[in-house]
Amino acid sequence: MPSRTCSHSPSGFGKSLPEQGLLLLVVLVLLEGSVLPLGAASSPDVSHQDDSHNHKVADHGVNATKKVFPVLDVDYHHIQTPFEISLWVLLASLMKLGFHLIPRLSSIVPESCLLIVVGLLVGGLIKLAGEQVPPVLDSRLFFLCLLPPIILDAGYFLPIRPFMENVGTILMFAVVGTVWNAFFVGGLLYAVCQIQPANPSSLHSIELLHCLLFGSIISAVDPVAVLAVFEEIHINELLHILVFGESLLNDAVTVVLYHLFVEYAGVGTVTVMDGFLGVISFLVVALGGVLVGAIYGILAAFTSRFTSHTRVIEPLFVFVYSYMAYLSAEMFHLSGIMALIACGAVMRPYVEANISHKSHTTIKYFLKMWSSVSETLIFIFLGVATVDGPHSWNWTFVTVTVILCLVARVIGVVGLTYIINKFRIVKLTTKDQFIVAYGGLRGAIAFSLGFLLDQNQFAHRKMFLTAIITVIFFTVFVQGMTIKPLVELLAVKKKQEAKRSINEEIHTQFLDHLLTGIEDICGHYGHHHWKDKLNRFNKKYVKKCLIAGERSKEPQLIAFYHKMEMKQAIELVESGGGVKLPSAVPSTVSMQNIQPKKPPPAKAAERALPQLPKGREEEIRKILRSNLQRTRQRLRSYNRHTLVADPYEDGFSDLLIKKQKMIELEKKIKEMNNYLTVPAAPPDSPTMCRARLASGRDTDFKPAQQQKGNKICPDPQAYSMKPVSDSVPVIQVDLASPQSPDSVNVMDEFRRANQEEDQGLMMKPPQGSSGSNKPGEADTTRDQQRLMRCLSDPGPSADEDEDEPFLP
Amino acid sequence: MGASQTRSEHKYQDLMDKTGFSVEQIKNLHKRFEQLSGNEETISRENLENIPALANNPIRRQIIGAFFDKRNQHQNEVGSFEEIGFEQFLMVMSHFRPPTLKTTEEERETMRKEKLRFLFNMHDTDNDGTITLEEYRKAVEELLSKSGAIGQEGAKAIADAAMLEVASTNVPHMAPDDFYEGITFEHFEQILKGLEMESRMHIRFLDVDTTTMRCGRSTS
Repeated sequence: MPSRTCSHSPSGFGKSLPEQGLLLLVVLVLLEGSVLPLGAASSPDVSHQDDSHNHKVADHGVNATKKVFPVLDVDYHHIQTPFEISLWVLLASLMKLGFHLIPRLSSIVPESCLLIVVGLLVGGLIKLAGEQVPPVLDSRLFFLCLLPPIILDAGYFLPIRPFMENVGTILMFAVVGTVWNAFFVGGLLYAVCQIQPANPSSLHSIELLHCLLFGSIISAVDPVAVLAVFEEIHINELLHILVFGESLLNDAVTVVLYHLFVEYAGVGTVTVMDGFLGVISFLVVALGGVLVGAIYGILAAFTSRFTSHTRVIEPLFVFVYSYMAYLSAEMFHLSGIMALIACGAVMRPYVEANISHKSHTTIKYFLKMWSSVSETLIFIFLGVATVDGPHSWNWTFVTVTVILCLVARVIGVVGLTYIINKFRIVKLTTKDQFIVAYGGLRGAIAFSLGFLLDQNQFAHRKMFLTAIITVIFFTVFVQGMTIKPLVELLAVKKKQEAKRSINEEIHTQFLDHLLTGIEDICGHYGHHHWKDKLNRFNKKYVKKCLIAGERSKEPQLIAFYHKMEMKQAIELVESGGGVKLPSAVPSTVSMQNIQPKKPPPAKAAERALPQLPKGREEEIRKILRSNLQRTRQRLRSYNRHTLVADPYEDGFSDLLIKKQKMIELEKKIKEMNNYLTVPAAPPDSPTMCRARLASGRDTDFKPAQQQKGNKICPDPQAYSMKPVSDSVPVIQVDLASPQSPDSVNVMDEFRRANQEEDQGLMMKPPQGSSGSNKPGEADTTRDQQRLMRCLSDPGPSADEDEDEPFLP
Repeated sequence: MGASQTRSEHKYQDLMDKTGFSVEQIKNLHKRFEQLSGNEETISRENLENIPALANNPIRRQIIGAFFDKRNQHQNEVGSFEEIGFEQFLMVMSHFRPPTLKTTEEERETMRKEKLRFLFNMHDTDNDGTITLEEYRKAVEELLSKSGAIGQEGAKAIADAAMLEVASTNVPHMAPDDFYEGITFEHFEQILKGLEMESRMHIRFLDVDTTTMRCGRSTS
């Protein structure tokens, strides 16, 4: 299968997307032509020497002979390393891009497989060109640069709730399962090596400890591979967190076993004491990693408390603190992965409450971007390293390893589930067990660990590496490609795509309290009770220290509500800011439909009375107040450390939100008119509307206006006009103030935008004027542009309210 | 002694059939019941209100209310008890049983319905089959009652938004003059589809007797 894909994919590019294929080819050629001959071989050295010689000559030339000043100079060596790195990244990104452009390919073959194939191709080309393959999957590079972004991404966006609910199961799989796998594979492998009589001598000489070391390297499920495959199959939350959580947490076990066996492989004997120390070491490595991570996480949260004036560097803190946590943990040989996970998970709730919405988006995008590039690079490098690596193929060893890995995994999962199910309330079904067992993919971490082995100490390093690569390829290709059809075949529950609704959030919280309450009534303190205690402690002390201002007191539900509102507003803006209601489903239901109608419709007289629901009144007031705030914010000057409002970004979106608000306001006024029997201004006369808004207190309307209003809302009851009583001016006090030019402009702007085009607010010339390059017309457009800019540019971003645009 | 023993065994058997608990679980719960009621036959609201751990629960009133709600006894009765016996107590508790591996799909479905009905009844205080906006607001207010002023301000907006969401998912097209009376049980089911109630809404009922441990903790 691999070879087929291998031969097909380039032609596939060529056929379906000629330009794309061409581009990729160009990149390949470029790599081939420029990086490798120059980079790896001796030529750059020569050029460099030449170059330094030139410099020397030039230096001397000042007082000696004068040389011609080099107009164009080539100094490749100067930029070699970053240039090559960039080329690799570019290659990786283009590949990723390419796969998603080819229809149907990405739905059949997992991306990870394709990337490995690309790596194989690139490696092969390098080999063909007779060059030395750069040591791409160097362990330092892998562990210090490529791995952390992926793990941080996983840790920061770790779904805490399912993780904590299943933490026992996950730990069981991660710790006991991995130890079992390591010893089972290592032990049996040793046995097989001893049994085989016809074997060429090499296998006999292998030591037990070496086998166990190999077992511990090969037994750990790899988070990178699991992520890559599981992201595509959209499996339900429980299974995802089980496999993924295991792959993250088994790092501590792997680290300890690895160091233990490397240590004792030199000595040759292991005593009980050593085993005991190993257990202690495991606890230290795991808990120490978590502790280091948590400390940095809290530090990050605490730092983010004070960033409200320098929003631009907010995301940086998240990255740097996490990386520091990883490095610090690695420094003590603690589990860096666990440190990163802990750091991300600890800091996230507090950091998110502190930073601005834009910073949050930035963090999200950066993490996703880094992790996906890292992942792509890892798989490509895996392919390259396969071509390059020193191989020593031994049929027995490799086959036995693959089979043992599978058997160990299945036995481990089934056996452990049997034990775990005794304690779990939601039991794991056979299907679940199968997916957990089948999802145990191995990946680049194992390869890197194998690569780290010392050739002198481990004579079988080459064979180990070959076997590791084979197992990785087997799991990634065979299991990775078949898991998706199997999931469909077994009808394993899939992840629900729908985003969380506010009702679900309410009931999640409700359920938490309910279950805590029931547990308390039952009188035994279970999971919910302790969670509740922890929550209360968090709310009472931790949040106060780590979250700035009011938000520390904000209950989770309200925070969720704000977030949801924010999201809806953004969706609204992206969708063009139509009159569509901010809800997932386009519907015509509005607040009016669910508000209990206070005046019974039968009594016309009562209905005519202005019975404004309090909620609406409040909303209108809020809308108007937020409009007013604009005026204040315009006066700020440019500052390098704040994000400048780009009219396409801030101003535009603000304007759209504002526009939406105006539409809503309009609708509300109309609705109010239904109640108040006050005529609304026709939608195409801003001045009148403004006048009416401005003279809110003046309730004597002219009959002409009234008739116009009646045309719009032909409510028969609207005819019975009544003098407005006292309760109305409460709103109008606020209505009276938007005489400020800003809000009026917005109103005008909104109208004009509606007349032109729905997206017409952007600073492009109106579509009617075709030849806008002519000076005469350009003038008018510029005028309009200037006007628009003036209207749409609210100055530097309004940091105070960007988190909560709805609640001033 | 022997006679009473068999009598209670017999009674337990009856309860087991009704509620699905095991003997050990029933025994444990019975001990707790006696502890709460002060060795009385029945339990009153005050008994439950006096549980110290419940004091901080924002929805304490609703939880206690649910125990005294006749709708949760599966007997098609409406109204509320003044005091409940052990059987009623157990019936309410049985809503929080987890599904097992042997539970069939249909059983899961009924289980889910029962659990959802329990929640629905907690919200639907006047038992008219719908959760009106007023009732929903009350519930959310209650839920946020421990979070001070911010909670009270936010509660109404959240309840309104939630109601709007229910209305727009279930009745997507409404004329401006239509009125959405409230959440019916079907709509309630619909909106909470994603929560997987049957596996979510459960607590661990202890099989083994841990009275001594419990006493030690609950007094502290």
